[in-house]
Amino acid sequence: MNAVARHIHPGWAIVAPLLVLVVALYLGPILNIMWLSVTDPEPGLGNYRKLYESDSLLRIVWTTLRICVITTIFSVSLGYSIAYAMVHCHLRQKNYMLTLLLVSFWISILVRTFSWLMLLGRNGLVNNTFETLGLISAPIAFMRNELGVLIGMVHYMIPYAVLPLLVSMQSLDSRVMDASRNLGASGSQTFWRIYLPLTLPGIVASTLLVFILSLGFYVTPAVLGGGKVLMVAEYISVQLLVTLKWGTAAMLAALMLAGVLAMLWIMSRFMKLSAVFGGSTR
Amino acid sequence: MRPGLFSLFNRAGAWVLLLFLVTPALIAIPVSLTPKRFLSMPGNELSLRHFQHLFTSEEWLSSFFQSGVIALSTSVLATFLGTLCAIGLWRVSSKYSELVRAFLLLPLIIPQIISAMAFYRLWIPLGLLDSYLGLILAHTILAAPMVLITVSASLATFDPRLEQASKNLGASNWTTMRRVILPSIRPGVFAGALFAFILSWDEIVVTLFISKFSVYTLPRRMWNGIRENTDPTVAAAAVVLIAITIIAFVVSAILSRRNAGESRS
Repeated sequence: MNAVARHIHPGWAIVAPLLVLVVALYLGPILNIMWLSVTDPEPGLGNYRKLYESDSLLRIVWTTLRICVITTIFSVSLGYSIAYAMVHCHLRQKNYMLTLLLVSFWISILVRTFSWLMLLGRNGLVNNTFETLGLISAPIAFMRNELGVLIGMVHYMIPYAVLPLLVSMQSLDSRVMDASRNLGASGSQTFWRIYLPLTLPGIVASTLLVFILSLGFYVTPAVLGGGKVLMVAEYISVQLLVTLKWGTAAMLAALMLAGVLAMLWIMSRFMKLSAVFGGSTR
Repeated sequence: MRPGLFSLFNRAGAWVLLLFLVTPALIAIPVSLTPKRFLSMPGNELSLRHFQHLFTSEEWLSSFFQSGVIALSTSVLATFLGTLCAIGLWRVSSKYSELVRAFLLLPLIIPQIISAMAFYRLWIPLGLLDSYLGLILAHTILAAPMVLITVSASLATFDPRLEQASKNLGASNWTTMRRVILPSIRPGVFAGALFAFILSWDEIVVTLFISKFSVYTLPRRMWNGIRENTDPTVAAAAVVLIAITIIAFVVSAILSRRNAGESRS
């Protein structure tokens, strides 16, 4: 016993409480769910075969991936523009911008979803305003379709996209860009051939972060999709709480988890993960 | 270097985008002041009746109370466990401690819906569904990584020789922890506690799975209101939440400014 104890650093004693809690109450049931995906209702790969056999299931996965890809493209490119502007302006202005960004980051997801409901509904503020101005004759359908879900999701994800980009742009050595200009490159050449490639790690981190968060997003699609846009997260909740089918839900969760872990692994190749997390909570 | 035309254009675009991020939430303010019984924009007259309902209705008040109790307990528990863990990992500082750190951050990045499934799965046999303890434990596991991050960030700037000095001067482990380490990482601990509180106060996905009748948190009640989409009391609750967000934001800004001031001096 003493021989073992001498090899274990005493610091582990105060790591243990949290570690035990997370292993027992979090990792345990997650492994159990992975196990369920190949044993419930019967042992075998039946749940995974459903992906090929069931058109509706395949459609849900496809809808989810499509919405996540579009959300990621918009959030990261708009986020890039914001981060670029923030890095290249005076400190005062940058602080104002950061404040706006963080306030929106902190406003409850439920409050934001509720606001979109008020703005985008058939009699919402946007449609009413457009009609009074005579821009449209019939209300535009923003809700209960993918357009509404996309607006809500991009709005939620932009701050998450900006923060890793900001970290990456701030750590850049601006003399490299000066050197490029001195050697005769134009502004746009410098941007496309020097600046953009140098911020690539930030772009990859931000892309994967937004994609991972979008993949399991529940609140906004459920409310703004209004039952018409079914994504994996909402489908899982229906399977568990209404039809009580653990097997199918567990299979979808296993796929989602595998995707997330794979993306985290790729992300760790490009950037210290703690930098991304640290940046996103400050 | 003078900013080019493109740069100026981009800056204007960025401002528009940032306003787009914040302004939609403000629509809750006029909607909450409508004198009508259903969700609508107020006409010529304003009324505070929905705020009055919010603060006199037993249901809403009990939700505020329950959310407060759960968020406060979560914050205390997560801060305690997360701070200890961060100090432990910092002391060990080996290949394995970095692996453990990465593992402990997972609850923050694994999709909430999967976490919700996991807790739901385990809470059924443990009889923790629909109980304060069940929600507090689940929220603590989700929030502890936040504390781990903020405290680790504070520890990164802490000079380990101070700990050595304290021990050489005869202080016990406990005294060193209380009188030397904790005071220097205080900003990280406070920030972590604040983040843990907000996470729990705001949490909806896991809560939807593991609470039903007896525990009905504020987000849960708002979620119901949003789904029913009729009662303007939801708008009043949204305004209160925005106000709380702004207050919390100011508090954290002051804390981090003080933090920056300390590290500079």
